[in-house]
Amino acid sequence: MRLKILDRGHGFGTRTLFALIRAVSRQPVLDVIKLVKYRPDFYGQPMSEITQEAMRGDSSWSVADRELMAAFVAKINQCDFCVKAHSAVADLAYGGEKNVAMLLCDPALAEIGEPLRATVLMLRKLTKEHSVGADDMRAVLAAGASARQIEDALAICFSFDVIVRLANSFDFSVPSTEAFAAGAKYLLARGYR
Amino acid sequence: MANIEKARKTLLRRVLEGDGKASPLERRSAFNNSDLSEPLRQLVDKVAVDATAVGDDDFNQARQSGASEDQIFEIVVCAAIGQASRQYDAAIAALEAARRN
Repeated sequence: MRLKILDRGHGFGTRTLFALIRAVSRQPVLDVIKLVKYRPDFYGQPMSEITQEAMRGDSSWSVADRELMAAFVAKINQCDFCVKAHSAVADLAYGGEKNVAMLLCDPALAEIGEPLRATVLMLRKLTKEHSVGADDMRAVLAAGASARQIEDALAICFSFDVIVRLANSFDFSVPSTEAFAAGAKYLLARGYR
Repeated sequence: MANIEKARKTLLRRVLEGDGKASPLERRSAFNNSDLSEPLRQLVDKVAVDATAVGDDDFNQARQSGASEDQIFEIVVCAAIGQASRQYDAAIAALEAARRN
């Protein structure tokens, strides 16, 4: 982490919580947890409310599809930490039904429904070019996604456009596969609060 | 339908108008990616446009300019939220335009 305060600036209660996490999970505390727990009233708490609503709130997208979108936004933003973290959750949520790594490589060719494919491709353009137009949205609507589904996908994209920028800027360390697997189990069971 | 509007307004109000170590003007400038002097201008622009380009030097230069770690933390957070907000607002406007026609 490029800021020492994010590694070692937490209060006593939070440091105790981190010790408990390390003891129970037998894994290091992920940098994303250190970030949201640092002065949580400034960023962590209000941002977690948004992420929880986007990723676990009422939506006709499945949790697995939403985790796939998060991983995809991370991939386009070249955030290794977030790709691995949310690929692990998507893999778990799909229960082996889909090859998430392959989906991330080329959603245009992947075996997913047209509404999800068109939505993911629109998110790719938005993330790469920082903007989309009405024609892009018409293409997603024509593929069968509802306006509400598109809004839900944009909420996910907002959340991860923030998180991946912070992960890359603060230089999150990328831990072992086992650490991501432990994190994925927690996120699937407990969500983002 | 997931509705993030209320939570998003709370986040924006908190980071831009709430208590902080960086001034509200600096946080707003970081959010807008405008009107900052070096070296913060370059750091904020990288966070917004291509965060993979951010390096140790950007943080070191920000420290050497007199910014504290807490101020840098807030400025980087505001820069990330600002860029994500611009993209989100543009996409929502595009969706509304598509639904009108």
